Amino acid sequence: MTETKAIIQLTDVHKQYGSDGITTKVLHGIDLTLQQGEFTALIGPSGSGKSTLLNIIGLLEQPTSGIIEVQGSKTGLLSEDELTAVRGRSLGFVFQFHHLIPAFSALENVMMPLMLAQGRPTSAQRLRAEELLTRVGLADRLDFKPGKLSGGQQQRVAIARALALNPPLILADEPTGNLDTAAADEIFKLLREVNQDSGTTFLIVTHDPRLAGRCSRVVELVDGRIVT
Amino acid sequence: MRIEWLLALRFLREGRAQTFFMLGGVTMGVGVIVFLTSLITGLQRSIIEKTLGTQAHVVMRPPDDEARRIIKADRSLAVSANVERRAQRLSSILQWQQIMRDLEKRPEVTAVSPLVAGPSFAIRGSATKSVALMGIDPERYTRIVPMPSFMKEGEFRVTANDTAIGIDLARELGVTLGDKIRLQTADGRSETVTVAGIFDVGIRDLNRRWVFITLRSAQNLLDLVGGVSSLDVTVRDLFTAEIISEQLAGQTGLTAESWMKTNAQLMVGLKSQSASSYLIQFFVIISVAFGIASVLVVSVIQKTREVGILRAMGCSRRRIQRIFLLQGGVVGLTGSLLGSGLGALLVTFFAKTAINPDGTPVFPVVLELNMFLIAAGVATITCILAAAAPAARAARLDPVVAIRNA
Ligand SMILES: Nc1ncnc2c1ncn2[C@@H]1O[C@H](COP(=O)(O)OP(=O)(O)OP(=O)(O)O)[C@@H](O)[C@H]1O
Ligand SMILES: [Mg+2]
Repeated sequence: MTETKAIIQLTDVHKQYGSDGITTKVLHGIDLTLQQGEFTALIGPSGSGKSTLLNIIGLLEQPTSGIIEVQGSKTGLLSEDELTAVRGRSLGFVFQFHHLIPAFSALENVMMPLMLAQGRPTSAQRLRAEELLTRVGLADRLDFKPGKLSGGQQQRVAIARALALNPPLILADEPTGNLDTAAADEIFKLLREVNQDSGTTFLIVTHDPRLAGRCSRVVELVDGRIVT
Repeated sequence: MRIEWLLALRFLREGRAQTFFMLGGVTMGVGVIVFLTSLITGLQRSIIEKTLGTQAHVVMRPPDDEARRIIKADRSLAVSANVERRAQRLSSILQWQQIMRDLEKRPEVTAVSPLVAGPSFAIRGSATKSVALMGIDPERYTRIVPMPSFMKEGEFRVTANDTAIGIDLARELGVTLGDKIRLQTADGRSETVTVAGIFDVGIRDLNRRWVFITLRSAQNLLDLVGGVSSLDVTVRDLFTAEIISEQLAGQTGLTAESWMKTNAQLMVGLKSQSASSYLIQFFVIISVAFGIASVLVVSVIQKTREVGILRAMGCSRRRIQRIFLLQGGVVGLTGSLLGSGLGALLVTFFAKTAINPDGTPVFPVVLELNMFLIAAGVATITCILAAAAPAARAARLDPVVAIRNA
């Protein structure tokens, strides 16, 4: 295990909700390192803290205590704006409920991270988005608004979007959660392909043991503690 | 196009009904403001035009030296405010030719005209009427009061033998063009002139009293040889008349009275009319602002998810804020354009419907580019300000809350 290749390193991360009065302890001393190129499944019962952990790794939420390092640098002292910048640069998200922006077409949704990074749309971004959508098998749905796409298609747009800036780490929260087996398999195959082609690191929350079995590594969370 | 603009415009397009209502509010507001402003401006302008049709902007008279002398004479005496003017005898402006030439050199002065005015009787047969002699230099005087345009009969020809009188005086004396009348002053001096023109200045009192003769005739009749009783002045910008009159008074040592002081009552009326119009506009703006703010607050709440996604993808809080401010600005600007159109339409319609029996509009409404620009500017800024609170709220949204709640 070489430290330099760690994309993410968590040391003794705790998370509890609520300050005084009723507090809920969700994570109890998480230590976790994700190496570059790893394809990791995060499994565990409902309410065990998977989404919370993913959000903390994704710098969307602050841990109550503990250290988070992204590509070797600690994030604890960064301001909200700096965290936002790191998110834009290093992380791609595929959310549990695909979360596309309804007012924009599939193509524009995929362009969104690029437009945000560069400040304005360009034709190069358009080409890149077309390429990504073609890769996820949606070449004929470029100008469809999310509302006109099936659940699986929306999920594939969300994956193409997460890939747009070619981030070193993609965090996916139940990307196949509300899909049938065939569609889920297809999405999973796609993620695996990206992992193998570009060396992108993945952390995927899933309830499906069948899919977890196809990952190179499985992390199991029970009651806020890593058990494997 | 910058990404902020793209997002702002797309969000506006997506929120059809909300955008429609915001636009509607701004349009109505700007429409009302444009309508009100142009109506009141037009109204006031026509009142002022009518008033100044027969008045100089500034009238300069000899200093009130009697009063001054008394105050100087005995300083130990408590000076009562009750200084009586010397009766009747006209006083002249010393070296008025020189003063007139000096006044004419000033860039803000457009015309100067000397006047010898005083009381007299107009006699025709057995009819005797008390009148006001207006001794003028016709060429200069018409640059200040456009008498030729008021003529009902004959022409405004004022010479040693010819006079112009008002339509009411002509009727009271029973004279027509070409008839002679005798002008006689209290101390017995008199002159006979022929009526060459009859005018109607629209003010009955003046139509009954004004009798125009030459400067020289008036000087003779009123025993003011070589002198004038006042200098009439017009200035380039009407509303600077008061300031200019004060300057002129200070520099010439004469007393000067601006049309604003002469018509103080009217000015108070116009000012309070403007004030009430501003008050109405102010409340229109406030209610538009509240409308915009409340619609945008709702729209921010509805966009919680989108905001969360954008934030997760690396969109800064400042950018989120700008997106919502821009929505306010775009609504303000578009609403201003529509509202300007609406206001102009209303005003034109109003001007067409409210007409005098002779077909001229009751209120000559005024549509000026400046007014539209100001209304649009105020509306746009108001909308941006109204969007400030919702935008700040959007910027503060916690992305996790947005993402967790599907
Ligand atoms: N904002 C919050 N305030 C209080 N408790 C919270 C909050 N967010 C999450 N929790 C609690 O934290 C625990 C873990 O939630 P989390 O969403 O991480 O679970 P999960 O493992 O993703 O579950 P699932 O598989 O159902 O998605 C839950 O008990 C939840 O009630
Ligand atoms: Mg979850």
